[in-house]
Amino acid sequence: MIAVRNLDVIFGSGADRVHAVRDVSFTVAEGATFGLVGESGSGKSTVLRALSGLNPDWSGEISVAGEAQTPRRDKAFFKLSQMVFQDPYGSLHPRHTVDRVLMEPLSIHGFSDADRRIEQVLREVGLGPQFRFRYPHQLSGGQRQRVAIGRALILEPRVLLLDEPTSALDVSVQAEVLNLLQRLKKERGLTYILVSHNLSVIAHMCDHLAVMNHGAVVEELEVSQLKRHAPTHPYTRQLMTASLGYDRAAIDSFQDFGISE
Amino acid sequence: MNVADTKGRPLLAVEDLRVDFPTRKGLVQAVRGISFSLGREKLGIVGESGSGKSMTGRSILRLVGAPGQVSARRLEFDGIDIMSASEAQMRDIRGERISMVMQDPKFSLNPVMRVGEQIAEAYRTHQKVPREEARRRALDMLRAVRIRDPERVYRAYPHEVSGGMGQRIMIAMMLIPDPDLLIADEPTSALDVTVQLQVLAILDDLVTQRGMGLIFISHDLSLVASFCDRVIIMYAGRIMEICDAKNLDAAQHPYTRGLLNCLPQIDGDGSDLPVLQRDDAWLEHGL
Repeated sequence: MIAVRNLDVIFGSGADRVHAVRDVSFTVAEGATFGLVGESGSGKSTVLRALSGLNPDWSGEISVAGEAQTPRRDKAFFKLSQMVFQDPYGSLHPRHTVDRVLMEPLSIHGFSDADRRIEQVLREVGLGPQFRFRYPHQLSGGQRQRVAIGRALILEPRVLLLDEPTSALDVSVQAEVLNLLQRLKKERGLTYILVSHNLSVIAHMCDHLAVMNHGAVVEELEVSQLKRHAPTHPYTRQLMTASLGYDRAAIDSFQDFGISE
Repeated sequence: MNVADTKGRPLLAVEDLRVDFPTRKGLVQAVRGISFSLGREKLGIVGESGSGKSMTGRSILRLVGAPGQVSARRLEFDGIDIMSASEAQMRDIRGERISMVMQDPKFSLNPVMRVGEQIAEAYRTHQKVPREEARRRALDMLRAVRIRDPERVYRAYPHEVSGGMGQRIMIAMMLIPDPDLLIADEPTSALDVTVQLQVLAILDDLVTQRGMGLIFISHDLSLVASFCDRVIIMYAGRIMEICDAKNLDAAQHPYTRGLLNCLPQIDGDGSDLPVLQRDDAWLEHGL
């Protein structure tokens, strides 16, 4: 469904040059959930933004649903693939009602049965029709993230790009949103790419994952390997130890895995 | 240093603490009558957003701003009644006896002042020492929080340091007056997992070496369970349960169980996560 080959993203030039993504390649099968895990600055979100068309400055090859993508995307691409952002407080317009938020993609793409679609998508993300004319400030964080997921789904895309969809939410709400994403995937046969810094969330949701550090993929592995606690790269192992909780003795052995050019 | 332990008295005693906010829509009770005590230990306060955990931390320093109203049957720190202390007494307590690390170093540091000078200022506010002495102390403190190049960091401005380093600088600033109690309100939530643990290790070592009390406020139950000695679980302004961190797995309260169960596990089977079912009775009965 998605193939990325030799993706490089470079920001700035001269002394300010930042090589944010270094030669990243991976493929995602249709209907699979692929995880990108790493710490802040590892380039995981930048990969997603290049994929989604939000960041036009990249080199390499990206193909989605068999079609090679250029930095500039046409309208059809956005019907195929949509994105959900990290912060539901920042990604919804504060002065637009839920109805207007959901209406916008429909009118851009010229759908005629907007009314029915809005009602249906609200039901699917677990919000009733009573939420349709509310403003974001009248919703809780979890409800806002449901609206953001609804906005992404309303065009019936086949690919959903999820950028830390639950890291701004309480754990109890996180469980609800993760369950929702799992159910929608089953019902619609969606393909997900999930970016997260939380190894447990990745292990819960994904089949396959890539671990990124300083812009490069250090290891690609099956989730079953992760569950057996058998990652091979020392950076992945360190990340794994860190996600298991506070262990005073283990922390002294943490290292900073630098980049070898 | 103080004598709290020798008299067998807790460092901090809280009884029936309440924080209310009168609003146009009626009274919002952020904290609804909680009681606990603290010795020289690491105490975690865990809860979801809006559970009143941060307000509890702020009331101890009397930092709840208007229109918030704090009341308590007893709020005593090392024999001092916080509720009736004068502002002048509170200024002596804040920073020197009890200090607080906030969540985000970006908003807690002065953006137009070199970080080293901010640390030195924290020391000079409470100790009459020459500038040079304060500078030397600040550099020692930067070294204690394991900053590799303290001379350079001393001269840096807050925007020139990373999040993890900013948080270490905050910890250095809060520990330099050598307080008896440190309140850390989500001190590491904005940090990466490995950096988070490294910052916690620094906090842990310093608290242990100096024999301080620590109140660690967090929403991350599994982290608190592995870091603290005791954990207070809060929900809707009430304490649901207080338990020893190492026995958290055996916690009884359905809310605590719900919070534990809804966490995804690395070695879980990927099936639907149990969703937390809230019981209205929890609003009425706390510990």
